[in-house]
Amino acid sequence: MTDPGPLIPRNREAHPVAYCPGYKTSVARSPNLPLLSMESGPSEETGPTFGHSTFGTLDNNLILNWTRGAAPAVGERILMHGRVLDETARPVPNTLVEIWQANAGGRYRHKKDSYLAPLDPNFGGCGRTLTDDQGRYQFLTIRPGAYPWPNRGNDWRPMHIHVSVFGHSFGQRLITQMYFEGDPLIPLCPIAATIRDRSQLDRLVAPLDMAHSRPLDYLAYKFDIVLRGRRQSMFENKPEGM
Amino acid sequence: MVQPLNCLPESASQTAGPYVHIGLMPTYAGNAGSYDHEIGGSPISDGAQGQIIRIVGSVFDGTGWALRDALIESWQADASGRFPGQEGADPAVSGHCRFAADAVTGEFTLRTVKPGRVPSRHGRAFAPHISLWIVARGINIGLQTRIYFEDEDNEGDPLLSRIEQRPRVDTLIAKKTDDGTYRFDIRLQGDGETVFLDI
Repeated sequence: MTDPGPLIPRNREAHPVAYCPGYKTSVARSPNLPLLSMESGPSEETGPTFGHSTFGTLDNNLILNWTRGAAPAVGERILMHGRVLDETARPVPNTLVEIWQANAGGRYRHKKDSYLAPLDPNFGGCGRTLTDDQGRYQFLTIRPGAYPWPNRGNDWRPMHIHVSVFGHSFGQRLITQMYFEGDPLIPLCPIAATIRDRSQLDRLVAPLDMAHSRPLDYLAYKFDIVLRGRRQSMFENKPEGM
Repeated sequence: MVQPLNCLPESASQTAGPYVHIGLMPTYAGNAGSYDHEIGGSPISDGAQGQIIRIVGSVFDGTGWALRDALIESWQADASGRFPGQEGADPAVSGHCRFAADAVTGEFTLRTVKPGRVPSRHGRAFAPHISLWIVARGINIGLQTRIYFEDEDNEGDPLLSRIEQRPRVDTLIAKKTDDGTYRFDIRLQGDGETVFLDI
C-alpha cells in the first residue's frame, strides 16, 4: 500500500497565538515554552471513524433536534453549508463536523450561562453531521445572537457558531468558529483578534449565499473549512539513509 | 510573478470556549437526549485485549489552579500497537475517548487498555503512549501532548529522545499509583510545564 505521507507541518502563523492579554483567560492558560516540533507518525496519521448508524436524521437540524421535531426554535432561520477540504484542495469525505451555538437571544443552554436573554425551550444548540463524498456538509439552524461576556469592561462576542472537525487523522483535529458577514462586532472581539493574520480571520467569516437560500424559508451562509493535508512524494517515505 | 501554488491555508483555530461541553459532550453538560448515540464515551468495549488501566489527573493553569472546564480527547493503539482500522486491530478498541475535567474537583479519569509499541516510518518504534488533545476557554489552539508510562521501556522513543532538557521528559510520563492506576497531570504553564507538541 502506498504511504500517504506525513502530515504537512502546521503553519503556526496561520493560527492564533497562545498568549493574548486582550483575551484574559489565555494569560494563565498559554504555554510559555516552545512546542516540540516533529514529523507526524502513526498516532497523528490515523484517527477515529464514525459510522452513519451513529447519527440520527435530525442531528444536523438544530431548529428541530432539541424537541425531536415537535416544535421549531425561535430565530432567523439559516442554512450553514460548505465543504471540508485539505491544504492540497482535496475534499475530505465522510468526516464528522460538530457545531454548537447560542440561541437567537445570545444564550447558551449551559448551566454556567446566566445571561439575561432567556433560554428557548425549543432550542438545544448542538448539531453534527458527516460530510458526503465531495466533502460537503450542511446544517439547518437559527442565527445565534451576539452576547456580552466577562473579559474587559464591555466585551461582546460577535454572532458565531463553534465548529469541531476531525478529518481522517488525529493530527488534523481542529476547533474553530464561524462568523457572519457584516457583523460590526468582529473587529472589536478579542477572541477574533487572537488571529494576527487578517486574511486568516477573513476566512472564518461566512458570506451570505443567496444562491443557496430557500425562498420564503431560510437564508444561507457558506463556510468552507480547510484541514491539514498530507505531503506525498515519490522520493520520500523511505527509511532514513536509503 | 510566479505560478500560483494552489495550496489552501489551514483554517485558523479558535478557542473552544466555556461551553464546549454542550457541543461535544451534551449529556455531561446536562443536555442528555441531544443525540441517540454520543461519540467518544469509551475507547474500549467489553472484551478488549490487554491490561485495563485508569489514568487520573488534572490540567493546571499557570497559577496552579486545576481547570474545571477542560475537555480532552485521547487517541491510541490497541494492546498490540495497532490502530483501529489497521489489519489485525482489536475490534473492541475504538481508540478514541472524550473526557472532561470534573466541574467540581477538576480531576479527569480515562479508563482504557494500555497500548502497545507503535512502529514508526523510520524504523524505531514508539514506546507505548496515548495521544491527547486538550481544549478549553483561553486555549486558542488545541494542545497536543502524549501520555507515556513509567513502567514501560521508554529508551529510544523517537519523540522523548528529542526533548533537549531531560528533566522535561518526566512531564510526559504517567506515574503508577496503584495496580492498574496511573497519575498524569498536565501543566499548561510555569514550573513543570508539560511538553506540548507540534506534530
